Amino acid sequence: MAVVQNKKYSVALMLTWVFLVVWLIVAAFPFLWTLWGSFKVEGDFFSKADWTRALTGELTQVETGGVFTGAGYEGAWIKEEFWKAALNTLIMSVCVVTVSLTLGTLGGYALSRSTFRYAFWLLLVALIFRAMPPITLVSGYLLPFYEWNLWGHLPTTIVVLVAINQPFTLWMLTSFFRNIPKDLDESAMVDGCTPFQAFRHVIIPVMWPGVITTGLFSFLLAYNDFAVTTMLLSKENQTMVPKIASFLGTTQTKGNVMFAVSSVVSVTAPLFVLVLFFQRQIVSGLTAGAVKG
Amino acid sequence: MKHKTFFWFMLPSGLAMLLFIALPIISVLIQSVYAPHEQVIIEVENCGPFGCETSTAVDQDATRDLREAEPLGRFVGNNIYTDRNHLATSEVGLAWQSSTGIGDFFSKLLNLPFYGALLFTLTYTAVVTPMALIFGFVIALAVNTLPKLLKGPMIFFSLLPMIVTPLIGALILFWMIDARGVLGAFIQWVASDPNLSLKASTPLTWAMLMVYGIWSSAPFAFVVYYAGLQTVPDDTLESAMIDGATPFERIRYVVLPHLLPLTTFMALIKIMDNFRVFEPIVSFNAAAHAQSLSYFIFNDLGGETQLLSSSAATSVITIICVSILLSPVLYRTWRDFGKS
Repeated sequence: MAVVQNKKYSVALMLTWVFLVVWLIVAAFPFLWTLWGSFKVEGDFFSKADWTRALTGELTQVETGGVFTGAGYEGAWIKEEFWKAALNTLIMSVCVVTVSLTLGTLGGYALSRSTFRYAFWLLLVALIFRAMPPITLVSGYLLPFYEWNLWGHLPTTIVVLVAINQPFTLWMLTSFFRNIPKDLDESAMVDGCTPFQAFRHVIIPVMWPGVITTGLFSFLLAYNDFAVTTMLLSKENQTMVPKIASFLGTTQTKGNVMFAVSSVVSVTAPLFVLVLFFQRQIVSGLTAGAVKG
Repeated sequence: MKHKTFFWFMLPSGLAMLLFIALPIISVLIQSVYAPHEQVIIEVENCGPFGCETSTAVDQDATRDLREAEPLGRFVGNNIYTDRNHLATSEVGLAWQSSTGIGDFFSKLLNLPFYGALLFTLTYTAVVTPMALIFGFVIALAVNTLPKLLKGPMIFFSLLPMIVTPLIGALILFWMIDARGVLGAFIQWVASDPNLSLKASTPLTWAMLMVYGIWSSAPFAFVVYYAGLQTVPDDTLESAMIDGATPFERIRYVVLPHLLPLTTFMALIKIMDNFRVFEPIVSFNAAAHAQSLSYFIFNDLGGETQLLSSSAATSVITIICVSILLSPVLYRTWRDFGKS
């Protein structure tokens, strides 16, 4: 009886591990394939005749004299000035994270310490705001921004992204602040601090783990944004993601699609590094709101 | 916390949300009842040796002045809502009178752009949300059986489809599935049809978009369920084992009920996120076969002529749809917390 049961369980275990290997391939292989292919020419990566050309790089050998080529990267970064877009993304992401966290920590602290009903309703309203598709909000911005000359500037986009991400930031930070014991700031206020002094001297030193996690997600939301950045920025100060979308329109010319492929790899590489170093924070951030409810 | 303190702490964040989320909704509502000014036509008399004749011409100066003076446009009430690109009330009425049955009526209805977009968005949300949750749960169960050393790297690779930018993740998949890509070649070989192209067929395009949706949403469900699995009470599991429950029965009667609150929370978040699907359609170049409500708005806003009023009307309808989707949750929360 025990032997039969063990056999059944080991079969189930084998199936589980096969399933996991399949999922691993499904999750990771597309990225590896695109990374490999970004060093080839279009005829190899997009080969109707023989897909193994992407592996062996026949046409790349013929056209550039080597199995790997940096032509895609050179074309995107230098010729199409992708480096400008990368700089814009850097400026925008850093600013959005900083401002968003400043506003969010103040608001989240207040929401976590308030015992009145309106705090709950505010969080619920924030949830409703979070549900609004960003493109519907952009539709509301365009006319006023044209009239008041605010369209096409990077600071406008930064402010808009901070505001759109506030609901998410508030929810995350409120849940983190609830875990900081109230006694800390209460005793500071008994000792004579104003609420803001209590926040500054007592809460700020201990809030960093939650703030770093929320900052990570704010960064991801700003870095990955497409709807807002593509509609509110002009061609000169586009960030990376809308610039890639604009490459897609020009891929009729031979070779231009490799610009898009290499810029896709360039945009994904920092995200790889981010997940590598901050995996634990990302996982804890995703589960914090959920598991504790 | 005192009211005054709360107000000052909450002010910056609250002001940002008021200005850039609440006001645009009102702005969109206002814009949707105005249409752009039409061009000003004047009659011009041309007198020549053969007599005078009048012709009509566009007065560019007057048109420009009018548009600058009243940028909002002219008030048209609910004309934009009922025109062909939106609720299309007259076309729907015509289709209802002239169609031979319900199936015919629906196929006529779906030819109208707005209803086609609505159907795709609802189908996408209804398919991707449960499939991603189920898939994520199965992955979480599977990863839970791994030895400790392998769990970390497994979680790393599982997170990638979710962390990567939606536009870029969809592009990466699209280039593989394209007829000239590696997966496209594989699918053609499996189907023994060298001319099979996912780009040319509407059902296949819908399927591919939903596969992308599940691929990118499953990691979120996986991570949350995985954390939830760590909190399942051991003694309940052990007593189930002593009572002779098989692993499947244990999952069904102990684990799943314990994870139900997590499931409701995740389903809510994912329904909200899936309803605004939009970037994959741009990446897959699928606008000819599949449009979502957000893509419909994007299309009106981008392009050479910006149809602000049209996009505003679609935005209002989308916001109403989102509110309807959210209402069960809001009602339940109000009922649970509003009374206590």
